Amino acid sequence: MNVAPLTSPVSQHEADVLRMADVRMKFGPVEVLKGVSIHLKRAEILGLLGQNGSGKSTLIKVLAGFNSPEPGSKVTLWGETLPLPLDPARIRGMGVSFVHQHLALIPSLSVADNMLVADDARPRPFGIRWRQERAAMRKLFEEFGLQIEPSDTVEQLSPVERAYVAILRALAELRRSEAGRSGEGILVLDEPTPFLSAEDVDKLFTLLRQIKKTGASVIIVTHDIDEVLAITDRVAIMRDGRVGAVMTTAETSRQKVLDTIVGRAIAPYERAPRTASEDVVARIEGLSGGRLAGFDASLHRSEVVGVTGLIGSGFAEVPYLLFGAMAGQGRLSLGDQTPVEIKRHSPDRAIRAGLGLIPGDRMHQSCIGGLTVEENATFLGLGRMRGRLGLRRTALTESTADLIRTYDVRPARTEVNLSTLSGGNQQKVIMGKWLAEAPKLLLLDEPTQGVDYGARQQIFAALDQAVGQGTTILCASTDYEQLAQMCDRVFVFHRGQAVACLSGAALTREGIARACFHDPGVANTNPLKEAAQ
Amino acid sequence: MSVTDNPQSSGARSAFSGFSLKREAERYALVLAWLALFCVFGAMLPETFLKWRTISSMLGSQAVLVVLALAILVPLTSGDFDLSAASALVFGAMFVAVSDVNWGWGVGWSVVVVLVIGALIGAVNAFFVLYFRIHSLIVTLGLGTFLNGMTLWISDSRTVAGVSMDLVEVVVIQRLFGVPLAFYYGLAVALIMWWALEYTIAGRKLLFVGRGREVARLNGISVDRVRAMSFVSSGVLSVLAGVLYAGMTGSADPTSGLSLLLPAFAAAFLGATAIYPGRFNPIGTLVGVYFLITGITGLTMLGADAFVQSLFYGGALIVAVSLSQLVRKRQPQNFG
Repeated sequence: MNVAPLTSPVSQHEADVLRMADVRMKFGPVEVLKGVSIHLKRAEILGLLGQNGSGKSTLIKVLAGFNSPEPGSKVTLWGETLPLPLDPARIRGMGVSFVHQHLALIPSLSVADNMLVADDARPRPFGIRWRQERAAMRKLFEEFGLQIEPSDTVEQLSPVERAYVAILRALAELRRSEAGRSGEGILVLDEPTPFLSAEDVDKLFTLLRQIKKTGASVIIVTHDIDEVLAITDRVAIMRDGRVGAVMTTAETSRQKVLDTIVGRAIAPYERAPRTASEDVVARIEGLSGGRLAGFDASLHRSEVVGVTGLIGSGFAEVPYLLFGAMAGQGRLSLGDQTPVEIKRHSPDRAIRAGLGLIPGDRMHQSCIGGLTVEENATFLGLGRMRGRLGLRRTALTESTADLIRTYDVRPARTEVNLSTLSGGNQQKVIMGKWLAEAPKLLLLDEPTQGVDYGARQQIFAALDQAVGQGTTILCASTDYEQLAQMCDRVFVFHRGQAVACLSGAALTREGIARACFHDPGVANTNPLKEAAQ
Repeated sequence: MSVTDNPQSSGARSAFSGFSLKREAERYALVLAWLALFCVFGAMLPETFLKWRTISSMLGSQAVLVVLALAILVPLTSGDFDLSAASALVFGAMFVAVSDVNWGWGVGWSVVVVLVIGALIGAVNAFFVLYFRIHSLIVTLGLGTFLNGMTLWISDSRTVAGVSMDLVEVVVIQRLFGVPLAFYYGLAVALIMWWALEYTIAGRKLLFVGRGREVARLNGISVDRVRAMSFVSSGVLSVLAGVLYAGMTGSADPTSGLSLLLPAFAAAFLGATAIYPGRFNPIGTLVGVYFLITGITGLTMLGADAFVQSLFYGGALIVAVSLSQLVRKRQPQNFG
């Protein structure tokens, strides 16, 4: 492990394209960056890794000029110390480009439109010459071996192609900048991979390596340790607003990185051994819709079933279809209730039948950040909190305070807006809201996305407790480790169909990954036999 | 956002959730501004402004605006605009006048029928917004103009006077504590609506639909039904404001009520900065209306020209919206 010395020799100093020294940042009374120093060399890929809330996005926002750090912080770019807060336009002009997680592309416009949207470096006295511009773009794409047609709209592209466009747009911006003329530049990628399959991530990394060869430096912000190990030259690990360590990737290991991220040892949650119940709680027949083309399964009482696969293989649709949240066909029988036709299903009916859904997109689907914790937490249970004069305020507050205690939500306040909580705590509130309804079948989509390691273990514990009380869980996820940790059975999907069903000893992180990537060794466990049980 | 690492956080709770001066100041800023405005005019015009007659007429005469502002508040809460509200008001007032005076229905029947028409107006808005998925701004703007035409048609573009004194009696002539009954009608509507928004499940549903349609849907709310009901309530309350309007003067004219739309929006947005900051709320709206009216009345008494009224209302709307955005910490409004 090579921890960077605090004061570097002068020669190294000059070789650094970017130095951020002693960056401090406060949001109100809370200090989120406590003296962070990092440096970036020419033609290197630096990984910025850390849990949620460790300060990595705040640091990037300082560099982008969105956040203004405390006096005493220093940012030096190509040897020039810049006044703070940084001027976003100047930073871009000097050769720092950003690609944000959501890529900032407009789907209904063409690739060419999107590529040109921020290009105002050159005067264009005769307007945009589209043919020339498109030819230049084609040349840029070909340089990196990509076949993307500039006149296609962005929505026609696959997810990874969209990421390519966003990254090459940033690269084109670098090349127009002062630093870019000499082949240098800094490309900052803020969590570019969550929407890509593992295969696409590899393709993306190939592109990044090519970009690095041209002389540019890359900062990549991410959660994923394996990605960092695969792509970076050095990795800076942030913890609690400080740089925990800077390591040379080639000399470190997964375990060392993980230990540094977590800081303290958090034992992964280990669930209590369960005896599989024989009662069938839910029978799914011919479920299809979106990319899913026919899925049959029987779910038992107190069972945790995972569905996974590569992005676009159809598994992600399963929870939404079962909940009536998207259009599809098929049939769902719950216990001895009359079977529900998915075509006529709705979330309203699903809730009445004892289903629950915790969607993956927290901010847009599962909670309202602008309302208080109490309003979000009590919504499903309002019917139980009515008195003669309408809703009872004390009942609402008490039930929320209960939830906060049970799931260790921090800060423990009922009246603050939900958006002020961290992702993990928001998820605990949502989880608590649904578990209070004691659903027969709880459907989850990426339940721990954007949730830090500690909160994740608490969520697993809460789910496990619900399972102990008779809830059945169906969880769609691409986090194989998590699936292996919490599931009894995992269905692996390919092109809309379940191609494997793993359980028992075969149910490991690696086993799931192999099945997803179509390893013949796994696929021949007869899926139909197990799926139909 | 970082997880606050505070092991005693549950113990510290009472300290956290206690009285916050900043929050209280924010809640009552508009009320204080209103009192200040009142004092300023009172000091400048002790002879005219501070008379009970002025105050009681300010309270009574603005019931129409109160009810109209409360009408548009319902769809605003669920995330829709109802620009047809003032047209529905004028149509309602005219329908009561015409059916009572020209067609001889008797004022009781006129009022019952016109409230049903109000519900219908809301239903038509809802149908076009929800079935064809058109933005509410467009649909209600269109229907409002259509209603203006209907008003001119049934009235032959003339003012219809002579509405039954029974209506005028219960609206302005009878007084309670020296204030015309109309004031109490507006107050009652505000209080009922406050209760409905704060203490009923329907109120919570309305709020969820307004803040996040997809979240609401996935929590089992029938979003379209809630939005439809909010348009219907808005239609009924708008024509109710129209009934009060006819009762105020005992007549109906086909255009003057239309100018109430903007003050109603100004009051609703001003109201969203008070009492429950960041939320459209009936009590705040009530304060908003009387704040605006105090300003207008005072300025008029000071001898300001008629155009000052437009300057004041228009300016107040923009200031109010800006303030409510500040309160919401500049999150974009998502009407859609």
